[in-house]
Amino acid sequence: MTLSAEEVLALIPQQRPFRFIDRLVELSDTRAVGEYTFRDDESFYAGHFPGDPVTPGVILIETMCQTGLVALGIYLLGLEVPKDEVAKTVTLFTDCQVDFESIVRPGDTVRVEAEKVFWRRRKLKSNVVLSLASGATVAKGTVAGMGVPRG
Amino acid sequence: MTEQQVFEKVVSIIKPFAKAPEVLASAQMETSILKDLKVNSARLVDVVLEIEDAFEIEVKDEDADKVKTIGDAVKLILAAKA
Repeated sequence: MTLSAEEVLALIPQQRPFRFIDRLVELSDTRAVGEYTFRDDESFYAGHFPGDPVTPGVILIETMCQTGLVALGIYLLGLEVPKDEVAKTVTLFTDCQVDFESIVRPGDTVRVEAEKVFWRRRKLKSNVVLSLASGATVAKGTVAGMGVPRG
Repeated sequence: MTEQQVFEKVVSIIKPFAKAPEVLASAQMETSILKDLKVNSARLVDVVLEIEDAFEIEVKDEDADKVKTIGDAVKLILAAKA
């Protein structure tokens, strides 16, 4: 069955304070586009860095993965198995190659555009670009993950 | 291609994913890709896709699941090219 963007969002297991996807503005069997606004009170800003908050690169990679692997993976798996089976699967991060070009500050809204490279045996690899609302590219690269049974 | 040529090409494909390069240096047909070469199971998908591209063949998922050793991959490739 084809899952709607709302259904995919509801199936994403990551929750606050480790959820970095507010909306899915585009979703298909080849592509996903998500958006997230970094709140001023995200826990990591207290230490990264005191008095000069910058979103950590690892969090930006996670943001890229939540749209490009988790959301897109849920949608793709939903095309193959019933929704209750999708809910029993979690996508684990396997590898990535990402280059950073600029930084993200508290309050910034980022857009993640992901294009499927391949989806085989529940492994998903995607080319992902993370950009600011201004259109400026923050990071781009390739991320991959694999769907495994939860628990 | 001969079996030896296919073997050598498969070894070269596996090389970037192997965490036991010393084992790869003396790899045999019986060498296990996961256990001996310590290739991550998620990376095995990448290996299969690279084999498809390198040998211009299509590997079904059920056939890929049966690949445990370098020899399994070599036999699969030779059968597909026959």
